[in-house]
Amino acid sequence: MNVEQQWTTRLRKRAVATLPPQKLLPDTQPAYVSSWVYVFGVATLASLIIVIGTGCILAIGGPSWWHNSSIGNFCNSLHMWSVEIFFFAMVVHLWGKFAMAAWRGGRAMTWMTGVVTFLVSIVTAFTGYLSQSNFDSQWISTQAKDGINATGAGGFFNVLNMGQMLMWHIVLLPLVAVLLTVVHVVLVRIKGVVPPIETEVAP
Amino acid sequence: MLVGALFPLNHLGHYLHWHFINVSVANTTVMILMIAVFVAAVALPFPGRRERKGK
Repeated sequence: MNVEQQWTTRLRKRAVATLPPQKLLPDTQPAYVSSWVYVFGVATLASLIIVIGTGCILAIGGPSWWHNSSIGNFCNSLHMWSVEIFFFAMVVHLWGKFAMAAWRGGRAMTWMTGVVTFLVSIVTAFTGYLSQSNFDSQWISTQAKDGINATGAGGFFNVLNMGQMLMWHIVLLPLVAVLLTVVHVVLVRIKGVVPPIETEVAP
Repeated sequence: MLVGALFPLNHLGHYLHWHFINVSVANTTVMILMIAVFVAAVALPFPGRRERKGK
């Protein structure tokens, strides 16, 4: 078989053509990016890294570790507050991008992956409330069950099942959220940061 | 047992109630902070912007 016909060669050529290294890891950005409003995307990413890191430490100790260990309690607080910053930064990022109409210039997929990541993050946070293994999580689960059952999802998504909610919280939903985040960032790199509306040339 | 909390947490939260809107003071504070940060991010100059423009 010709080397040019191998799937690895074709995939590599296509990947490099779509996202050359200088676009993947750029050393400069357009002048309009020097604004505080462009900071919140990377602030969301930074807090996501802390969320995942502290979540991994909490997973080592188990769901009730933070009740009986000061280090566990500290990690739990780091996890909770990094989630607060994550949502804070993500919502300000969303407002900024909405005001810029950031879906312009063929960036619809970038916008949509961001929207879906936001929605997945909310469900992840909700399952986090259910994984606290305390009276708060018991109360929230009993309040949530009627709403979930009304949607018909209760048959396979039982909010009263703490083990199931914990698995959704630490495996399935973070996996989807992180994968979508990677796709979102790669799309930003491919299409570039959206320029201000006033600089756009009319078609 | 929670130690070192900035505010006493062993009581019911404070809520703002207006018609059908019922929101906690804590959540209202976060929302006001978010709006303030957004306005500041749009209004405040970014450090080093003028130098880069001059280059």
